[in-house]
Amino acid sequence: MIELSHIDKTFRVARRNAGLGEAVRALFRREYTAVKALDDVSFKIGDGEIVGYIGPNGAGKSSTIKIMSGILTPDGGSCVIDGLTPWKQRREHVKNIGVVFGHRSQLWWDVPVADSFELIRDIYRVPQAEYTRNLDELRELLGLGEIIRTPARQLSLGQRMRCELAASLLHSPKLLFLDEPTIGLDAVSKLAVRDFIKRINRERGTTVILTTHDMQDIEALAERVLLIGRGRILFDGTFNVLLSEAPGANGAEQALAQIYRKYNIT
Amino acid sequence: MILHKEKSPPAARKYLSLFRIRFINGMQYRLAAYAGVATQFAWGFMLILQYAAFYKTNSVGFPMSLAQLSTYTWLQQAFLALFMTWFFENEIFAAITGGNIAYELVRPVDLYTTWFTKNIAIRCSKAVLRCLPILVVAVFLPAPYGLTPPVSLFAFVMFVLTMALGLATVVAFSMLVYISAFHTTNAGGVRIIAATLADFLSGALIPLPFFPDWLRKIIEYTPFASMQNLPLRIYCGNIAGVELWRAAALQIVWLAALIVGGWLWMRASLRRVVVQGG
Repeated sequence: MIELSHIDKTFRVARRNAGLGEAVRALFRREYTAVKALDDVSFKIGDGEIVGYIGPNGAGKSSTIKIMSGILTPDGGSCVIDGLTPWKQRREHVKNIGVVFGHRSQLWWDVPVADSFELIRDIYRVPQAEYTRNLDELRELLGLGEIIRTPARQLSLGQRMRCELAASLLHSPKLLFLDEPTIGLDAVSKLAVRDFIKRINRERGTTVILTTHDMQDIEALAERVLLIGRGRILFDGTFNVLLSEAPGANGAEQALAQIYRKYNIT
Repeated sequence: MILHKEKSPPAARKYLSLFRIRFINGMQYRLAAYAGVATQFAWGFMLILQYAAFYKTNSVGFPMSLAQLSTYTWLQQAFLALFMTWFFENEIFAAITGGNIAYELVRPVDLYTTWFTKNIAIRCSKAVLRCLPILVVAVFLPAPYGLTPPVSLFAFVMFVLTMALGLATVVAFSMLVYISAFHTTNAGGVRIIAATLADFLSGALIPLPFFPDWLRKIIEYTPFASMQNLPLRIYCGNIAGVELWRAAALQIVWLAALIVGGWLWMRASLRRVVVQGG
């Protein structure tokens, strides 16, 4: 059970014009602009749901994920996940979550993926029997086979992303955050990743929160969609209802663009 | 699926495992190790020859005998990887500025202990590969240019103990530089100042006994004297008796202070950390 209420977060951004004169001036006096990344964000997510978290770039999706995974401390509001406040009880909380940041890697670059997996096993103190079971299952579901004996640097992006997903689930988390897990993947890998997420949710009852810019991800996976724009939650409901706000659009992509414009959040 | 919980392995295992993977990773770079051995030999010879020239003009005006100084120098070169204050794990700076620290923060580990462990591991892996060839050759060099045996068994035991604590002190000091990266856009400046200052004050360039008395007395109260200065001088008998116990006690006090201070500073820094990008 995830419950966010009235979460606020403001970032300070240093701004100046281009040019040498401006650069010299900035040595003495800096101008900061406050950018409201999250503005009174509230929502609830129940166990076993798959929720698609969408919005344009810079809307606040990643900030929300970071707050929910205990990395970022908000300025105000509360967030309680299974009775814990992520940024206050970080170490206790992160035992129960798995996270994949699509732009980053959690695998050790120069050693075989299996070594990274074993380190993760020890970090989460996963008992050997549970680890073996999980690894066997994930290997089969994600078609990892020989891949895990290869150093991470020699994997294709699709192979690596499948390993990242496996790495985030070795400790059987109840909650899985996926921050753009399909970014840059080819069609086959995307389908494999979507299929996998669905199965994990169905078979393990894992709650999945996923951010993406790919509308097909949302269509394939999420019954429920949260739309965020300029730091505010603008829509919370099923994808079909969201689409009905853009009548006459040709396909989900266009519909979403129309909705972004309608809410004036592009 | 996984419904019943089995018994979890002990908590210390995670840091041991981290030590292992970083140690193995460090052992992979063999060519760097050969090059390191060659450099340290050349450097050691150069230093000793240069001091030998000074000793030739005046053999009594120095605070250490040439044999002591040679021993100090060879140990220093053999265990350079443990004590080099200018060495930092670039991956850690990159994780802070590039945002990969996000992945370290979603693990149920203490970040200070994690980074501390990684640093100890990489230094040990470097030292293991480099120290033996240097020590073996240095033992067979003619007196007073070679490595002499420790002055006593007690001195040797204390050398090993204070060397371990000295390594921890070096790492605890470099942790402060890593943490400073949370507060600057580029940690390069802090890094250079800290490394140069520590290199000079720890006796890595010139052994502390060669410093002017008033300056040496001041430095001996700082944590820098607890790094390589203490174990190397204990080994060659330059620090003994009451002075040894006092210096060893001070080393423990400084180590504890650096760790507690660094840990608290890290905790405060993490509260306001902003993971940039994406």
